[in-house]
Amino acid sequence: MSQKQYETVFILTPVLSDVQTKDAVDKFKKILTDNGSELIHEESWGLKKLAYPIQGKGTGFYHLVEFTANPDVIATLETEYRRDERVMRFLTIALDKHAIAYNERKRKGLVGKKQEAPAE
Amino acid sequence: MSLQNEPLDKNQNRKKYDRFKKAGIKYIDYKDPNFLLKLLNEQGKILPRRLTGTSLKNQRKVAQAVKRARHIALLPYVGDSLK
Repeated sequence: MSQKQYETVFILTPVLSDVQTKDAVDKFKKILTDNGSELIHEESWGLKKLAYPIQGKGTGFYHLVEFTANPDVIATLETEYRRDERVMRFLTIALDKHAIAYNERKRKGLVGKKQEAPAE
Repeated sequence: MSLQNEPLDKNQNRKKYDRFKKAGIKYIDYKDPNFLLKLLNEQGKILPRRLTGTSLKNQRKVAQAVKRARHIALLPYVGDSLK
């Protein structure tokens, strides 16, 4: 099965202690690596204020993972998200070539100023 | 003096252009709210093409990015998006 590139963002409830948040994040990373997907990039935005309250909470712990995987891995990942009640919201995106190029540029720090073409 | 309310013609005078093609932007990132805020009006609604002048292809990318950002609570669905 051909590996495609994906990007997933999930929000954990802020009430967790940081140990719990850490092992929640590791749990999802383990799910990915177990199913033969390879993590490219990982980012944690930490505690951020939500634009609107989710489940009555105003802040959430954001985490982003970029990885390549077989298409069927996504179904297992998402059922895991749904099962785990620590996760308030999640979003998984398939990346096309423009998106991959953009992420590359962003990691290299080229994406900065507006006039210098922020998103290739 | 036309009585009917004028459309919100922000950039009526200058020639409208597709800012994404001009800046060479091919992917609109949904994770970057302050870039997307420029494309929303005060209530957080997506600006129509007739005001921003973006092409149909780019407007769809904008709409998709904004809806994704709203899903993960980076942008409000409604409310006073701080301009």
